Amino acid sequence: MPLFPPVVSSLLYLVAAVCFILALRGLSSPKTARRGNLIGALGALIAVVTVFLASRLENIPWILAAIAVGTAIAWPIARRVQMTQMPQLVAMLNGVGGGAAALIALLELPHAADWWTRLAIVLTLLIGAISFAGSVITFSKLQGILSAKAIVFPGLALLMVGVLVVAVAAGAWVVTSGPFFAAVAVLVLGLAVGVLLVLPVGGADVPIVISLLNAFTGLAVAASGFVLGNVLLIIAGTLVGASGTILTRAMAQAMGRSVSGILFGAFKGGSTAG
Amino acid sequence: MDPISLATITVLAVFVGFEVVSKVSSTLHTPLMSGTNAIHGIVLIGAIIVAGQAHDPWVLAVALLAVVLATANLVGGFVVTDRMLEMFKGRAKKGTDA
Repeated sequence: MPLFPPVVSSLLYLVAAVCFILALRGLSSPKTARRGNLIGALGALIAVVTVFLASRLENIPWILAAIAVGTAIAWPIARRVQMTQMPQLVAMLNGVGGGAAALIALLELPHAADWWTRLAIVLTLLIGAISFAGSVITFSKLQGILSAKAIVFPGLALLMVGVLVVAVAAGAWVVTSGPFFAAVAVLVLGLAVGVLLVLPVGGADVPIVISLLNAFTGLAVAASGFVLGNVLLIIAGTLVGASGTILTRAMAQAMGRSVSGILFGAFKGGSTAG
Repeated sequence: MDPISLATITVLAVFVGFEVVSKVSSTLHTPLMSGTNAIHGIVLIGAIIVAGQAHDPWVLAVALLAVVLATANLVGGFVVTDRMLEMFKGRAKKGTDA
């Protein structure tokens, strides 16, 4: 039984959105960065409490248990991780966020009533899957599971373009009320694109790719907001997508690289740095 | 809400996102990236809504997996960003020179 009427929950989501904007601004300056991060966490807490009090939810004990499991996994790892291993942890956390968005979109497909909701579902699936798989590969490179060097093989570029084209075709089928397995295909093909996109990126460029995939996850979350009709997800996801894009470009510039050079440099024969 | 209102909000949020980080100093690139990573963990509320409407056990299981993943993103993201900034304390040092 919802405790709050929709007006109150909308206002509280607005407060959370303002917290996220203030968090980004705080994080842009050394003096206010730590406080900014805490304001962001406060906004997230307000939003999560609001969803419990304002929505008609079943399975609440299960949901609380799942939150406890997620916290029990992530909190100790984030507390204990060495500074040198922080980039791969951020990559992994980013990847699971993209994965969560993709799963939500898949489950919402049977409830999608119009074509633009199905379009949002396809975008969430594709971008979320690319971000998840790409982040797993960046994690593996930084963790030493895979070679940190650019991994290239003949026909890689062609293969990636081919997979992407098939994924878009399957996505178009889903938009025109195609079957559930077409959506699963979009998810699987998106995972393949993510792997193929990041394999050719060399070690020194990996942090920039983490930032790019972070912006991708933001876009996936924004698209999932369209799927669920949730304004806070749209605002938060779009903020991250937009600021992440600017940040990715700034990081590339600071290292004297270009984003397209990093992503596609290996395809043109010239290996990427590292 | 109708699609046009949602699209309006999205376009405005794009500009806010561009503007709000446009003057970030390069020493803060990594913590800012980590902080934005934490913020998109708010996809958790989407996962909670989907799990809260699930009737089929399979749907519930997948939705709960999404809840676990999103919680890890949200909680881990804010904690690791705080740790990065704790280590900073005014030093001009980058965490991603790996």
